[in-house]
Parts: sequence; structure tokens; C-alpha cells
Amino acid sequence: MAKFNLPKNSKIKRGESFTLSNNSSNKKEFKVYRFDPDKKSNPTINSYILDMDACGPMVLDALIKIKNEIDPTLTFRRSCREGICGSCSMNIDGTNTLACLKAVDDVSGPVNIYPLPHMSVVKDLVTDLTNFYNQYASVKPWLQSNDRAPEGKERVQSKEDQEKIDEPSACILCACCSTSCPSYWWNSDKYLGPAALLQAYRWIVDTRDDKKKERLDELNDSFKLYRCHTILNCTKSCPKDLNPGEKISKIKQLIAEENS
Amino acid sequence: MKNLNNPLSPHLQVYKPQITSVLSILHRLTGVYLSLSIFFISYWLFSIFLGQDFYYSSLPFLKSSILKFLYIFWFFCFSYHLFNGVRHLLWDFGYGFSHKEITTSGLVVIFLSVISTISLTFILI
Repeated sequence: MAKFNLPKNSKIKRGESFTLSNNSSNKKEFKVYRFDPDKKSNPTINSYILDMDACGPMVLDALIKIKNEIDPTLTFRRSCREGICGSCSMNIDGTNTLACLKAVDDVSGPVNIYPLPHMSVVKDLVTDLTNFYNQYASVKPWLQSNDRAPEGKERVQSKEDQEKIDEPSACILCACCSTSCPSYWWNSDKYLGPAALLQAYRWIVDTRDDKKKERLDELNDSFKLYRCHTILNCTKSCPKDLNPGEKISKIKQLIAEENS
Repeated sequence: MKNLNNPLSPHLQVYKPQITSVLSILHRLTGVYLSLSIFFISYWLFSIFLGQDFYYSSLPFLKSSILKFLYIFWFFCFSYHLFNGVRHLLWDFGYGFSHKEITTSGLVVIFLSVISTISLTFILI
């Protein structure tokens, strides 16, 4: 049964405020979720005020500035700062996105920053993605072919066949889609979620793969696949503009064809 | 190893209502209301089945203003569930998944439901 409230240890308390000493005319407030596993206390929201004339344009720039200049204990994942690695996924201004692709100017009022929703928090904005990665592994995201690759060559594909997998291959596994899905919030233990299903689709439609039927049979399960109720928060939140919702629907169609 | 003391990050509390998720939960709620209304529809049919005297004695109840309000609410639930059901069928056939189509079809469903609710109210009440 879905639990709509946060558990007792997860309720958010008021935290510290860091004000700006100079008189900048271009100020912006950042309200950031903080949790320190070493202290036996609940998560808090800290408020930081930045001079945006001395800060880069993206939310990630602001987080790095806070960490460098105001509060070195702030913890978050980041790497490429250009939407390629998928590390800095978080909930900004009420929706999941990558901090490096979200412009501060696109947010009116204070910028609220939370970790990815309904996940176990390791520290501050860092969530435990173990289950998410295990679900990805469970769809066997590798080529399963009955014949060996041709000697000294790659397995050649037609342009049309490659186009089938272009979009799902562009997924960076940032988990924005899965953690935006209410169905995934309530059933993440059994429902695979949009990200893993998008990758399952990527191998189902790969013409070099010979295990299409096995892959579909594996997914034909009332929880793994059919907890998707076509809410489509996934498609709406994807920072790479992919369409997991549409691909899940295609998997359902392929299963229907398979069994008719 | 999973640390049970780690907090759960906020979800419903912080996620902004999306047209996608709001219309989805509305579909579920209207479905629940329609299911519950089966008891009332049974009562209505029974009051007819039990004969003229019983039917006339239950008329004041059936025509009470609180029930009239519930009828109008029922018209909306019925219309919304019907139109949104068609939207879901189109999705199941693989149509209408672009960002623009998702938003537009949602607004169209709301618009049609309101028109249908108003029409049914004028025709039947």
C-alpha cells in the first residue's frame, strides 16, 4: 500500500540561513535539502543567497559556488557539467532535471533543490541508486546473439535498423524519469520503472539481438512492466528529451502481438 | 548495505503537479466514484422494481438538492472517465506521445468533459 507521508525520520526541519554580505542588486536565494548521516537528526533546508553577477548561469554553477565559497560540507554528484554524464540529476523547482542543464533564470523566486524523489538519501543531494542500477542490470542490457561476430569486423547494421535504437541509446541513466513516476514511488521494489524499461526496449528492437522473445516474456509481468499506468511524468521530465512512456507502450504492443 | 536510518527523500510533498500526473489521478478518482455509484444505481432500479408506491415514496429523496449536486458530479466523472479512457486507448495503440500531444489531448479531454457535463445537466436535470 502506498504511503503518502514521509516517515518520521524524514520529515524536514528548518535549517541554517547564509546571507550575503555585499550589496549586490542581482541576488538569488537557493533553498537546499541537507542531510548529514553522521548527525542523528532529521533533514533540513538550508538557505543560501548568492550574488548572481558573480555566478555562472546554471543551477550546478550555483551549487559549486555554494560549496566552494560558503559551505564546503554541501554534497552532490556532478561530473561533466554539460548534460552528458547524468550525475547531477535532482529535483529543482519541483521537477526532476539535471542541475547542469537547468538555468537559474528559468526559476522565479527562490530555487528549491531536493534530491531525486522517494529515494533513500545517502547525504544531502546524493541518493542511493543501487536498486535503480540493479533494475537496469535485470533487463540484460547487452547483446545476446546466437552467432559469433564476423571475423575482424563489427556486426553491420542498416541505417534504418540503427535509427530504431538511436533514441533509447541516448539515455544517460540519470534516473530523472523513474523518480518522477508516482507508480515507481509506490512500487520501486517490483516495478522496473521507465529508465530500465526504455533500455529493455533498446535491446528488444535491436535487429542484431536474437533473444527478443525471451526479453518480452521476462517483462510480461503485472508488476515489472504493467505497473506503468501511462501517467507520462517520465516523458515530461526527461532532460535528454527522450520518450520512455512511448517506448513502454511499444513494449506492451509487442507483447500483445507476440501472444496473439 | 542498506542503512535503515537514512531518510526517504520528499516526493508528493515537493513534486510540482504536472498535467500528466494530475489528469492520471483524476482518472483513478472518477473511476472510484463511478464504481461506488453502482450502489445508488441499484437502489434507483430497485425503487422502480418494487412498484409505484415505493417509487413515489422515494421520489423526494431522489429529487433532493444534495442528490442533484451528486448527479452533476456524476456527469462530470462519467464524461471525464469516458473521454480520458479514449485518450488511454489511443496511447495503447501508440499514438499521441509527443510533449505537445500529451498536453493538448489532456486539455481537450477537460474541455469536452465540461461541455458534456453542462449539456447533460441541462438535458436531464
